[in-house]
Amino acid sequence: MSRDITTPRTLFDKLWDAHKVMTLEDGDDLLAIDRVFLHERTGAATLNALSRSQRTPIDPSRVYCIIDHIVSNKEDRDANDARSPNGDVFIRAVREAANEFGLNLVDTDDANQGITHVIAPELGLVLPGFSVICPDSHTCSLGALGALAWGVGSTAAEHAIATGTLRVKKPRQMRVTVNGKLRAPATAKDLALHLIATYGAAGGERAAIEFCGPAIDMLSVEERLTLCNMGVEFSAFTCVISPNETVLEYMATRAQSPPPRLIEHAMREWRLLVSDAGSVFDTELTINADDVRPMVTWGTSPEDGTRANGTSDASAYMGLEAGQELSDIQIDGAFIGSCTNGRISDLRAAAAYLVGQQVADGVRAICVPGSQSVKAQAELEGLDEIFKTAGFEWGAAGCAYCFYAGGDTFPSGARVISSTNRNFEGRQGPNVRTHLASPATVAASAVAGRIIDISESEDL
Amino acid sequence: MPDALKNIESVAAIITGDNIDTDQIIPSREITSTGRDGLRDGLFANQRYLDLETRRPDPDFPLNRPPFDSAKILISGKNFGCGSSREHAVWALHEFGIRAIIAESFGEIFHANCINNSIAPIVLNKDDLLGLQSVLREAASQVLRIDIERQLITSSDLPAIAFELNPTDQSRLLGGLDLIDLTNTNKDDIEAFIARDKTQRPWVYEI
Repeated sequence: MSRDITTPRTLFDKLWDAHKVMTLEDGDDLLAIDRVFLHERTGAATLNALSRSQRTPIDPSRVYCIIDHIVSNKEDRDANDARSPNGDVFIRAVREAANEFGLNLVDTDDANQGITHVIAPELGLVLPGFSVICPDSHTCSLGALGALAWGVGSTAAEHAIATGTLRVKKPRQMRVTVNGKLRAPATAKDLALHLIATYGAAGGERAAIEFCGPAIDMLSVEERLTLCNMGVEFSAFTCVISPNETVLEYMATRAQSPPPRLIEHAMREWRLLVSDAGSVFDTELTINADDVRPMVTWGTSPEDGTRANGTSDASAYMGLEAGQELSDIQIDGAFIGSCTNGRISDLRAAAAYLVGQQVADGVRAICVPGSQSVKAQAELEGLDEIFKTAGFEWGAAGCAYCFYAGGDTFPSGARVISSTNRNFEGRQGPNVRTHLASPATVAASAVAGRIIDISESEDL
Repeated sequence: MPDALKNIESVAAIITGDNIDTDQIIPSREITSTGRDGLRDGLFANQRYLDLETRRPDPDFPLNRPPFDSAKILISGKNFGCGSSREHAVWALHEFGIRAIIAESFGEIFHANCINNSIAPIVLNKDDLLGLQSVLREAASQVLRIDIERQLITSSDLPAIAFELNPTDQSRLLGGLDLIDLTNTNKDDIEAFIARDKTQRPWVYEI
């Protein structure tokens, strides 16, 4: 309040200030939290703790429970069907607690069900300028819409539900300026992998990162979400992008957009969500999107990425020696989906490589749309038929094969190319080897039966 | 409510490597209930057992070897606890008995989860960390003493190593405070903020 109004502020400063209730005695800021999202995996623990401590939500109407993490991905699933043993316990617990506390619930059988970070933008559960927390590390995705959104633990989520606030120390700030132009077939996923490979998995320095520059201005809503989604793999506190008119138009036309009488007011406020000229950041990085080519990871950290026509370093877990050509690497599995790359544009990009093609012998290929709305749209466009005809399995929405929680997965030792966000040891199953890539690279590789550099096969 | 944490005295187990993620600390399949208990056996399950079915311990894994099977201190590399936000990683470490983790840096959410569960996340610069590790390689079972108040790591044959917690984290570890109760002492400020905000951003509250 006492701030000199002439001091230039970053977008992140503005978001922070707009939610700052006060500075506490211990030096942390108390931030008002506009929305809490909970999924069944970590949200169940949050709600369990809330019940045990006999506390209640300060405003249940601003808490959303979303079933996404371990729900079954079979198209004929029932409301409690889980993809992992014992998983129904989590689904039931969240449903019961949501009903007990009067929280919003997006249940398994809801036509809008899907991955939290996919449906929140789709439905407008998050809007520009909102503060959002969720006990899920990929909550940083939602900063793509000009929101202050970050992942927390279950205990912090309980605090936010009970008090409407969180105690947070303001993180340092980093600006990543992306010059040039991202050129097909390179995608926002490749840009993220390129950034992480360049500066390392700890390169984000726990900072709030604003992405800006000519290449960012040109990104679609979905590309922005993909880029910010990978922020946590870069050790960002969170990511933000100033919403352009395309984003604002998108956010003004969601089911939960501001009502018509408030939309002009909201849009006026949203247009202020931009870093002032002369804003100062603690760290500045600059990269050139012209340098970005299709990327694939070879190791067990997201920083282990290189161009798809490049060579690997040594990785015992991945069964690779230094200097192996990625294009010689045979794959056993392919997965398209997740909060990183499970949106309609991702499915369209993948399908373009599958028309009239067949998945190679011995490759198990799976596509799980990020939401039931994405699934319905894909089916309207006939994409499901393209996937299925090519030999892909087609599933109902959820996090699916992005992480293993017990249950169905690829066999031990299988090599999987995946449009997901983490290639950690065991992430997709015991001894499963994950190569991260864009949906298009995953699709083309599934057809070839080996890792493919799609920039060398641009005859589409 | 978290326990107060003042001194930790214990041997230290070294988990070598950078970017030890929370999927490694507690694989998702090991999370089988909606509580925060029963996670001890799942800690580092992918590395700790020779066979996941029978859970035959791998004698080469540090936490399986006495005296490190009762270590309260872990030492690792850069970006420890990166990845998934799952607080179960911290609950599993706590249940095993870990009360301090010394690393070059931590994953952001994991760091906050440690503070919320009375585990001290201690950052050392690379030189101090490598120095500490090399001393421990020579004398693995020596006892380290971590003093949260004075922010010092000491032991019988090691020069004291200073570390710095941010003051908020330090006071929270020392105090073992229940943050919800503490925040609720500011309830009037929160209500006043929301009342004001409702006029400025009404669409946040009209659902």
